[in-house]
Amino acid sequence: MTDVSLPDAEITLGRLADKLRGAAAFDAKLVGIHSGGAWLAERLAQMLPGEHPLGSIDVSFYRDDYAQKGLRAKLATTTLPFEVEGSHIILVDDVLYTGRSVRAAINEIFDYGRPQSIELAVLIDRGGRELPIEAKYVGARLAVARDLSIALQRRPDGSLELSLEPAGSAAGA
Amino acid sequence: MKIEIRNGRVIDPRHGLDRNTTLYIAAGKVAALDDAPAGWHANRVLDAAGLVVCPGLIDVSARLREPGFEYKATLDSEMAAAIGGGVTSLACPPDTDPPLDEPGLVQMLKHRARSLNGAHVYPIGALTVGLKGETITEMGELTEAGCIAFSHADAALADTQVLFRALQYAATFGYRVWLRAQDASLARGGVAHDGEVATRLGLPAIPAFAETIALDTIFELVRATGVRVHLARLSSHEGVARVRAAKKAGLPVTCDVAIHHVHLCDVDIGWFNAHCHLVPPLRGTRDRAALRAGLADGTIDLICSDHTPVDDDAKQLPFAEAEPGATGLELLLPLTLKWAREEALPLSAALARVTAEPARVLGLESGHLGPGADADVCVFAPDAHWRVEPSALRSQGKNTPFIGFELPGKVRYTLVGGRVVHES
Amino acid sequence: MRNPQLNADGQLQHLLTLEGLPPEVIGRILDTAVPFVSIAERDGKEVPLLRGKTVFNLFFENSTRTRTTFEIAAKRLSADVINLNIGVSSTTKGETLLDTIDNLVAMNADMFIVRHGQSGAPHLIAQHLSAANRSHIHVVNAGDGRHGHPTQGLLDLFTIRHYKRDFHGLTVAIVGDVLHSRVARSLIHGLTTLGTAEVRVIGPQTLLPTAVESLGVRVLHDMREGLVGCDVVVMLRLQNERMKGSLLPSAGEFFKHYGLTVDKLKLAKPDAIVMHPGPMNRGVEIDSAVADGRHSVILPQVTFGIAVRMAVMSILAGN
Repeated sequence: MTDVSLPDAEITLGRLADKLRGAAAFDAKLVGIHSGGAWLAERLAQMLPGEHPLGSIDVSFYRDDYAQKGLRAKLATTTLPFEVEGSHIILVDDVLYTGRSVRAAINEIFDYGRPQSIELAVLIDRGGRELPIEAKYVGARLAVARDLSIALQRRPDGSLELSLEPAGSAAGA
Repeated sequence: MKIEIRNGRVIDPRHGLDRNTTLYIAAGKVAALDDAPAGWHANRVLDAAGLVVCPGLIDVSARLREPGFEYKATLDSEMAAAIGGGVTSLACPPDTDPPLDEPGLVQMLKHRARSLNGAHVYPIGALTVGLKGETITEMGELTEAGCIAFSHADAALADTQVLFRALQYAATFGYRVWLRAQDASLARGGVAHDGEVATRLGLPAIPAFAETIALDTIFELVRATGVRVHLARLSSHEGVARVRAAKKAGLPVTCDVAIHHVHLCDVDIGWFNAHCHLVPPLRGTRDRAALRAGLADGTIDLICSDHTPVDDDAKQLPFAEAEPGATGLELLLPLTLKWAREEALPLSAALARVTAEPARVLGLESGHLGPGADADVCVFAPDAHWRVEPSALRSQGKNTPFIGFELPGKVRYTLVGGRVVHES
Repeated sequence: MRNPQLNADGQLQHLLTLEGLPPEVIGRILDTAVPFVSIAERDGKEVPLLRGKTVFNLFFENSTRTRTTFEIAAKRLSADVINLNIGVSSTTKGETLLDTIDNLVAMNADMFIVRHGQSGAPHLIAQHLSAANRSHIHVVNAGDGRHGHPTQGLLDLFTIRHYKRDFHGLTVAIVGDVLHSRVARSLIHGLTTLGTAEVRVIGPQTLLPTAVESLGVRVLHDMREGLVGCDVVVMLRLQNERMKGSLLPSAGEFFKHYGLTVDKLKLAKPDAIVMHPGPMNRGVEIDSAVADGRHSVILPQVTFGIAVRMAVMSILAGN
């Protein structure tokens, strides 16, 4: 279901790309947090100038709610097909909320090696942080009720859209 | 003491009796039925309205665990279990520690049993010394000490020549021999019936032909020696067929089945339930059906409990390592009633298998309620159900696959020799 | 009778046997193992899922191989691992199996990996924990008697899925001592549950269990006949004690009839894969040329084994 107050995902992505275009390192690696962040990273790689190797991370093994919730049913494989050691990484996620997914992703990246730097780019920042984590590049800022979660979907033609769902139906970030 | 058991449903299978009437007991014997004897004045009246009055049950195989296994059970606890279950006579196998191969041991056991004022105990003596299968025992001395028959319990008697000589000797003096039909080498290491269930569970197995090969051997030796053999604990459908054919051919054999094998089969092992680890093993559904058919047509003469108390530690082990056996004295009556209901058998026919028939096979005068008979009586409520829980069992052995089951048949009074030894 | 492996919500609480596990549960374990395979290839091979948990390797039967793979798997999940080799019989020390368990529970064990020489031992332990209200402690069967070796079955399924994708059109042959094999039983349950087209067991009568067809397999005594058209050939290990005595006359005779040679393998499909749970007896059940040849996936099985065990432990510990 779409809410009138949600921004258009494609337009927001355009804005995010603009912010990155000026500031991001020419050879930065784009690492998307599965699955929304991974789609965004793919699109950004096409939209930004320069060579930006792509990677994707599934944070399931690093989440901090494993003891309460167990392992999630669907797992993807983390793929970082480049040397992490000494690299500049732009971590990409669809929605920044509590900050826990980003914390998990950073831990996971460090298990592959020691990057030179990690910057965070997110399509939507909805506030509500529970950890001291901030994004350098933000597409749009929103305030959304706690009982709702924002999800990014990819249409069959590849275009992206945002939607609101009751919290708990998908992984909150 | 004069006891009147009033208005019960008196069932005496041997005399074909099944009617509501009153039983009169005096001086330890059945004095009269229906009408009081002249000058009757009861010391005690038991109201048996709504209850069944039948001969006390005779259980031909109950391990009392004395001498030698007192940590598993004692005569005191097992006697309480017997009379609590309406059992007034029982025969115990010779595999005590030491085995019952000496007259002194037999006398001591009988003496101990008598002093408890419970059920009559009839020891079955060891066929060979120490149950080692090498030398035959002094069967004459043992008979004089009180043994009613001789057996090898579950111990292997691998040497056929020794078995042959033992049977010859027994036949000479008319002693009865009780044998388990299980070929020792084919059964070696096995703990479950050789079939689908054992294959799935990965349990070492005993094929049915371990029983039939042993039966064939025993029948040949019976033909050769003329000995009276009782086959203990039949388990397979092929075995039942063999016995049927042997009886038809006129061989002097009788046989029994343990009550557990009447109800359970190998599927009941479930996820390795060690309470279902029994000897002989629980076989398949077809075997269970054949055992029931054998009881129905008389191929199988009687049912026993094969009562074997096992301590908890010895059962709480992986299936193959757990000690085999189940407790049964208190379950013999309820499980017999359950079987009768399932097969729609008249109560009299069912009770015959645990009263008149065991008496016949053991050569006892008891097991009936004719005038002058010993007043060994069981009075029970056939429709009262009770839940099988460790706390409900008086035996020290709480090891039964029927834990949690609701079974019919609560014993209200048990009388031995005209005395009320148990009431509830 | 509820499957003792599943809790009231239908989630996996123990892994005792593959028999009776719903295909979705098996599928999930295999899917979860996929990312663990790639993690093994990076420098930092650990993930923090079982950090702070204590895993006890309770081996009543010696097995350095299996114990080591479980130890590696647990450590890669950041668990603390304690190895207990109880040897052949705990009762020689006077302590029963369940007493040993109770003592370890008192030491805050979170998971038991149990290998025992008797079928049903892990079931007994699981039942005991449940009766003592310790259902949060998980039991993994690392092989019990001849009954089951579910993690081996799972890694075999993972291997087959990796190379062949779908089970529905496959013909799988299991060759050798099926009678004494817990590996075979587990694999058969797994294959039939996942809808494998045909599962064949090949061996002499002395080494096949009674009524084995009831498990859903086709029995063949002639190996050449049995290998025709196979997509997967699984060779079972023949244990030393079986090689003489009343079951088989000799290792040589066994190899002649049931050993896998290059020649016999030609009867299977050209892209058939050859598997073996290990350790191999070269020249008894399998020829070196086959074991080291292009059809063999025996070494990948070992890698997959660690990933599969990591998957099992992480799913259990999260339930």
